[in-house]
Amino acid sequence: MTVKDWFEQRKELQIARRKQDPQIDDNIGKLWVKCYNCNSQLLRKEVEENLEVCPKCNYHFRINARTRINQLFDEGTFEELFSNITTADPLNFVDTEPYTKRISQAKAKTNLNEAVISGVGKIDGNSVAAAVMDFDFMGGSMGSVVGEKVTLAMEEALKRKIPMLAVTASGGARMQESILSLMQMAKTSCAVARLNEAGLLYITVLTEPTFGGVTASFATLGDIIIAEQDARIGFAGRRVIEQTIRQSLPADFQTANYLMKYGQIDMISSRADLKSNISKLINLHKH
Amino acid sequence: MTILEFEKPLYEIEQKIQELKEISESSGMDVSDKIELFEKQAQEYKKELYANLTPAQRIQIARHSDRPNFLDYIKLITSDFIELHGDRTGTDDRAIIGGLAKIDGQNVMIIGTQKGKNTKENLVYNFGMPQPQGYRKALRLFQHADKFNLPIITLIDTPGAYPGMKAEETAQGTAIAVNLKEMAKLNVPVIAVITGEGCSGGALGLAVADRVFMLEHAYYTVISPEGCASILWRDASKADVAAQALKITSEDLLKLDIIDGIIKEPLGGAHNDYEMISNELKTTVMKAVNELKDVKSSQLKDDRYNKFRRMGVFCQ
Repeated sequence: MTVKDWFEQRKELQIARRKQDPQIDDNIGKLWVKCYNCNSQLLRKEVEENLEVCPKCNYHFRINARTRINQLFDEGTFEELFSNITTADPLNFVDTEPYTKRISQAKAKTNLNEAVISGVGKIDGNSVAAAVMDFDFMGGSMGSVVGEKVTLAMEEALKRKIPMLAVTASGGARMQESILSLMQMAKTSCAVARLNEAGLLYITVLTEPTFGGVTASFATLGDIIIAEQDARIGFAGRRVIEQTIRQSLPADFQTANYLMKYGQIDMISSRADLKSNISKLINLHKH
Repeated sequence: MTILEFEKPLYEIEQKIQELKEISESSGMDVSDKIELFEKQAQEYKKELYANLTPAQRIQIARHSDRPNFLDYIKLITSDFIELHGDRTGTDDRAIIGGLAKIDGQNVMIIGTQKGKNTKENLVYNFGMPQPQGYRKALRLFQHADKFNLPIITLIDTPGAYPGMKAEETAQGTAIAVNLKEMAKLNVPVIAVITGEGCSGGALGLAVADRVFMLEHAYYTVISPEGCASILWRDASKADVAAQALKITSEDLLKLDIIDGIIKEPLGGAHNDYEMISNELKTTVMKAVNELKDVKSSQLKDDRYNKFRRMGVFCQ
């Protein structure tokens, strides 16, 4: 097969994935929601109170960055930083729609100004610098702003000599910023090198979904890598690979369990235990 | 030699001139002034043709099956090359080759992606698409060079890291990520050259360097134009439009301050003159090595950090 075919298949995969994506946000404001996994009709309020996890089958729905921050940080301690950094359109990119229009739509949809929130906060009393991604903002894609805000969060950790936490959710690089997006992989990874050299703890939490350029940069560089239950994590997409190698892949391919089986992550955590696991890990690294 | 679609008119003109020469020789008719005129016109046409290539046409040159590959450059610019094999954990990925060599009397570590020139070779080299084990071998060689204070040169020509089941099982993303991070820590100069295709993380995994150069017709991008067209335009046939939009040519990347220089190719592309392109490449790379080899390692690392640190365009 040619590389061209390979990308053809990649397209189909992306479309299929978009269709499959559980749009939990579409359900906000509704009284009843449906679980994508077990098909149960659930009370919206009940799901919300259960950390956006299905009370019937324990399926973990995707959550947005603000919800994640509320779940992980001690109440009222998270201070957002660098929100003044916003998207430019350096290449004047237009595909079927101008990039600027896609950005405005994403902003309106998510009430965020980019696909990551950076800041500092406390987890069970420990100060932590953090970058939390939001898949609903253009598929959590990493362009200049995401790369910059992730790097700034790491530099904040260096400045304050505190642990760094990255929570990822991304389809990969942001194509509309082309090479500038690719360079964010280098930039964020170089910043992790500085965390390493300063001896600061860096924890990554890979959530549904984490793929492409984010997997191939700061997401998998944690001293400790945690995958959230039910997350799919990989470099290339499932269908692309299926069609490249012309054989079907195991059902658990690229799931958190699969990554665990192949030794790629330190642990899988349920959402309910995530905060306490991070907290324990921070305390266990103290000396 | 493979003739590209857009080169056909030029090829036909050159054929006609050749025919004319043969006729004149066999018939004894002297039309040398005419031939000279035609040749001059053909040369002008050729210059104009290659000066006005679209990004999509330049990609065809970058992907040309006769384009010099890593082992060609090894032959032409190094001496005493000793290949160092394997990742030490079970695999010797053939899409990435590396080893010790001398260039102009300077000992270096030279690593690159290797493409074949025909199907048989490409089956060996996996079309220049490395597995995670290839990146891990490269990392081992980077760290070896660091230990023995040898400058590192990487030559990159890859359609991307391989998307396969085994690649995922053995953590393709992690392998690339670790290279990006560990390259930032190297105490020796690193010079990267995109010699053909520089596709995505698969290329970047060897390119966190103090100096990054591109061959004139090479391209460097976050995704292939075909892939981009498929996803954003939902139509792979829009690859030419995507190639334009993605700004992937050496001139675009120099303007965007992503690369440090362009290595000029012979007219029509690197495959037309292996000697010339090798000399140009060697001169550029060794000039950079000489500039950097006495820089203190802490300075080198800071400069490398800052080089990538400032990449990205946003409002604030």
